Amino acid sequence: MIRQLRGEDGRSDAARSARTDALRPRTEDATTVARSVCPYCAVGCGQLVYVQDGRVTQIEGDPDSPISRGRLCPKGAASKQLVTHPGRRTEVLHRRPYGTTWERLDLDTAMEMIADRVVRTRRETWEQTHEGRVVRRTLGIASLGGATLDDEENYLMKKLYTALGAIQVENQARV
Amino acid sequence: MAECHPVGFQWVVEAKERGARVFHVDPRFTRTSALADRHLPIRAGSDIVLLGALINHVLTNGLEFREYVLAYTNAATIVSEDFRDTEDLDGLFSGWDPETATYDPRSWAYESTGEQPPAERAEGGPLHAEAAGAHAYGAGGPAAHPNPRTDPTLTHPRCVYQILKRHFARYTPELVERLCGIPRDGFAELAEAVTANSGRERTTAWVYSVGWTQHTVGAQYIRSASILQLLLGNMGRPGGGILALRGHASIQGSTDIPTLFNILPGYLDMPHAERHEGLDQYLELEGGATGFWGNRRSYLVSLLKAWWGDAATEANDFCFGHLPRLTGDHGHYTTVMGQIDGTVKGYFVIGENPAVGSSGGRAQRLGLANLDWLVVRDLTLVETATFWLDGPELETGELRTEEIGTEVFFLPAASHVEKEGTFTNTQRLLQWREKALDPPGDCRSELWFYHRLGKLVRQRMTDDEIDRPVRELTWDYPEHGPHREPSAEAVLREINGVGPDGRALSSSTQLRPDGSTACGCWIYCGVYADEVNQAARRRPGREQSPVAPEWGWAWPANRRILYNRASADPEGRPWSERKAYVWWDAERGEWTGHDVPDCELRKPPDHVPPEGARAEAALAGTDPFIMQSDGKGWLYVPAGLADGPLPAHYEPHESPVTNPLYAQQANPARRTYHRPESPYNAPGGRFPYVLTTYRLTEHHTAGAMSRPLAYLAELQPELFCEVSPQLAGHLGLTNGDWATIVTSRAVVEARVLVTGRMRPLRVEGRVVHQVGLPYHWGWGGDGLVTGDVANDLLPLVLDPNVYIQEGKAMTCDVRPGRRPRGRAALDLLEMYRHG
Amino acid sequence: MAERMGFFTDTSVCIGCKACEVACKEWNQLPDDGFVFEATSYDNTGMLGASTWRHVAFIEQARPAPDGDDGVERWLMSSDVCKHCTHAACLDVCPTGALFRTEFDTVVVQSDICNGCGYCVPACPFGVIDRREEDGRAWKCTMCYDRQRGGLEPACAKACPTDSIQFGPLDELRSRAEERVARLRADGREEARLYGESPSDGVGGAGAFFLLLDEPEVYGLPPDPVVTTRDLPALWRWAGAAAVSAAGAVALAFLGPRGWGGSRGRGRWGGSRGLPGSHGVLGSRGGGGR
Repeated sequence: MIRQLRGEDGRSDAARSARTDALRPRTEDATTVARSVCPYCAVGCGQLVYVQDGRVTQIEGDPDSPISRGRLCPKGAASKQLVTHPGRRTEVLHRRPYGTTWERLDLDTAMEMIADRVVRTRRETWEQTHEGRVVRRTLGIASLGGATLDDEENYLMKKLYTALGAIQVENQARV
Repeated sequence: MAECHPVGFQWVVEAKERGARVFHVDPRFTRTSALADRHLPIRAGSDIVLLGALINHVLTNGLEFREYVLAYTNAATIVSEDFRDTEDLDGLFSGWDPETATYDPRSWAYESTGEQPPAERAEGGPLHAEAAGAHAYGAGGPAAHPNPRTDPTLTHPRCVYQILKRHFARYTPELVERLCGIPRDGFAELAEAVTANSGRERTTAWVYSVGWTQHTVGAQYIRSASILQLLLGNMGRPGGGILALRGHASIQGSTDIPTLFNILPGYLDMPHAERHEGLDQYLELEGGATGFWGNRRSYLVSLLKAWWGDAATEANDFCFGHLPRLTGDHGHYTTVMGQIDGTVKGYFVIGENPAVGSSGGRAQRLGLANLDWLVVRDLTLVETATFWLDGPELETGELRTEEIGTEVFFLPAASHVEKEGTFTNTQRLLQWREKALDPPGDCRSELWFYHRLGKLVRQRMTDDEIDRPVRELTWDYPEHGPHREPSAEAVLREINGVGPDGRALSSSTQLRPDGSTACGCWIYCGVYADEVNQAARRRPGREQSPVAPEWGWAWPANRRILYNRASADPEGRPWSERKAYVWWDAERGEWTGHDVPDCELRKPPDHVPPEGARAEAALAGTDPFIMQSDGKGWLYVPAGLADGPLPAHYEPHESPVTNPLYAQQANPARRTYHRPESPYNAPGGRFPYVLTTYRLTEHHTAGAMSRPLAYLAELQPELFCEVSPQLAGHLGLTNGDWATIVTSRAVVEARVLVTGRMRPLRVEGRVVHQVGLPYHWGWGGDGLVTGDVANDLLPLVLDPNVYIQEGKAMTCDVRPGRRPRGRAALDLLEMYRHG
Repeated sequence: MAERMGFFTDTSVCIGCKACEVACKEWNQLPDDGFVFEATSYDNTGMLGASTWRHVAFIEQARPAPDGDDGVERWLMSSDVCKHCTHAACLDVCPTGALFRTEFDTVVVQSDICNGCGYCVPACPFGVIDRREEDGRAWKCTMCYDRQRGGLEPACAKACPTDSIQFGPLDELRSRAEERVARLRADGREEARLYGESPSDGVGGAGAFFLLLDEPEVYGLPPDPVVTTRDLPALWRWAGAAAVSAAGAVALAFLGPRGWGGSRGRGRWGGSRGLPGSHGVLGSRGGGGR
């Protein structure tokens, strides 16, 4: 029935369900709130990451940030989906040479295998001199990094690669 | 800016509300244009004409900020008699060597004062250029004579000011109309606004992104803006500057602490086999002895101490020999060629997706298919990880899965909320992120991965001499948490550096050349001052001044505007009350203001450096550009650029327009790859349209962080091309239907978006159509939406200074309908290449 | 009752980024709308609906020129949302009490009460409220009722990079909007006008109102919306029929043109084409009560 015809205006408390009465922002139930930074462009908008029971329940702008004042663009606003979407991969995969499918691999095993290959390739392609000059390097190992890596991560990468003599270390910053 | 940096754009909107005028120069009418006071549509690749005409407008009408220009730039400096301009040599500067296709920059130098010129001035040519030597000067500039001959009247025919005047004389509003397609009234409005809003009371800012850098003259685009801004007195002042809006959360950080082939942390050059024998020779060739770069021994030795600790001693050159040597270009595209040629065996791809995101995708994928092993780390299975299973070359029959020998490891990565660390944003601000939770499953941070890999590799090292740099590497970081994550704070503290007492340093001025200090990146020294993570500071913006110095930490020294000494006049007084920023407080005998002054705090404005002084001591109290050996802003670049001391207009490598200015059609020093994997469009009618690529607000780069997200994928679900109603009519393209875009590299299909936001331009008396293509799609990548790879269309041709590809201006053809499949696609390409 | 809260959407500073659409979906955990390229400027979500509670319209306006060069002169963008009407027909026709007026004077559907009758759908003079195919229930913007109860502003307003979407006490927003229009007009932008702010309009004033730079139809907004239940008592007496039929009759009376982007079974307002004289409401999903 149409309530207006019954003389009701929809504002009566009787119209409210118990669920409605209990509504609160879910961020109030967060166990922790981490102060973070948006991972997309380089503006560096502040983000607040709400976590409850080991799950991210909300990511929104940090109003304290003098850069962003709590605001986010569509990508920044989709950050919760970025970290929680069902398509995100959480398992190591391996494709053998000439293989036609992925296979699961244990993380520790994968790390050992990668370390083996780094050491082997480095030895096999080591270049002590180049046209009579000492170069102490390998051109057999290269790296391309994205620009969403942390400063600390870039630092360890450059440090390790340089010690290994790998010089073809590149980044989104150029391409 | 509204498109790609929407939250940053709030400040433009706010400035506009307060009276700022906003011009948007772009081939397309974008969301930025929608809010600008005026949109100036420009032909992609013609910006030096526009900027050159603005420079000419300033010089011809005497509109420069003369006091600023005289005191703070090299306008008065006399240049060598040997210098010849492009105006004299029809598009070439003096020093061109057609054999090596490089410049010898010696003739560009300042006029000799009879003293021995700094060593670097004699350097140049192929060796220097090949190793991106010019790029190494990004922060510092090479040596120039600290006290060259000058003419303060600016009338000497060989002073920089007069050279500029002659060089840009032909860059007129008429030329802008002819080449850029910008009508004269539009140019006049821009020129009037820019000059009226510069000077003591006002400043003008220029903002750019890869629309300026991804050209074969990209570095010279920025140089053009630098010249204009220096002439107008807009550098080092609030509301001024040239702002590079960078596109990734820490792309600035990955340049400062580079994962780049040619530099070490803090913009120190990687050593070169031919140029640098030992530490002393390296330091001698690295630049001048004056300005803050004069301290580079302290910077480098401290870095070597951070990396090799006790093993680095004075006796062994602080392990300088542990550094591998360059012999030329080892950049991304050359690396890809190395993969195709089989010299590169193993490849790490970390949060990157070159199979979709890099130019000339086919070459990228052919390279991947020829590796021994490949490690891909990302949040999703990006196309770079799956090229062997579903790449476009399988469809065309060029590759077969069972014939690809590449072993592939895919390791899932931790997201930004699952690790702690700093991003350095576009304004050099380091902001620490707290970790919200541990990563799921096998997901790990890059910090974990490289720390663990380093440990495993070190376990495999032998007594062999070649293993010494790895054995001796300092690699002990405290671990914590269930995954034994290395402490990012410990790494940041190492980057910051420690003094002889083992305590965190607070400033790069504390670094010593004797090995008593260790510092992983000298420009970041101070981020851990007082043993406090300064990047984690979060004093709310509303409780601070607009400069907000207590939010995060900006390099260097928490300065928010670089070269801000220039915000005061030579006597140290603000140019105006409105534009006061830092100034000399005579009573206290020091510089003060709203920001950390970018000069020595107690050096008075009238300070004259003693003869023979070194490093910062050689700078006068009036010198604001403290990283330069002469402390001046360079209108003219006597050394350090691979393609000339001044910007000149060259057409893009692929262009439908003949350069009317010079016989030299394109940048003579541009880097090309003449091999089958890198074809170029022939000039002429086969590729009649200008193609430009770009991003959309709703997506991120190659799509790995947006296409798998339903909320973003639904906003822009398909690759589309933007064409004008006129071009659509001409080609029979229907809105919403399909079009095929062709270059000699690839055929790509896209939905058609017919829009008046794309405007045909009248260039050199005829109509030039531009086609716009966002590049976020790929065939997989766990995307909810997929599409052809726009970057496959791009040519492998690079700026000679920084090796950035020309992704913003090339030629193409467009055909109605979907693209052919399989072999037929190759046949169509063949027809375009040779038919 | 607390102060009446509302939205003021100032389209003169909208950059069409769609942060509002995404922030709304993230907070309210809404399903996506499918992945269909609509070839209508940069709009691929079409219109407000059960799963899109903020929607950004894009209107490209050409500049007629003598040489036939009719490049775009203006690209209008506007984030639409439920108007939270003073006289809310959706609420009036809801037979279950699922729709109610909150203490903030906003209109909210209680999903645990809604039985999916759909009366509200044709009743809305703006074509906002919509039923979700999967569960049949009606959904629309709640002005983030849960957030408001915790003292937080709605997700869309918080995210909006340029403050095009402002949230606050309605009276305050109205005076701020008046000032803004005056300022724009003083700057020569005579076309600036408010939409939905007047208590004397057909819905008694909207809780979510707009500053527009052109006629409402241009943005796909009805130029003169009227609460569809205004004449219901008369209709009731005249028809002497069941209320269900009456609601259906209202829907038919306001039946407007179908949109051009109906790939998701939804029509839309006329957008840039304009709808002179029409008060279109969709008929396709109206009146199917049970």
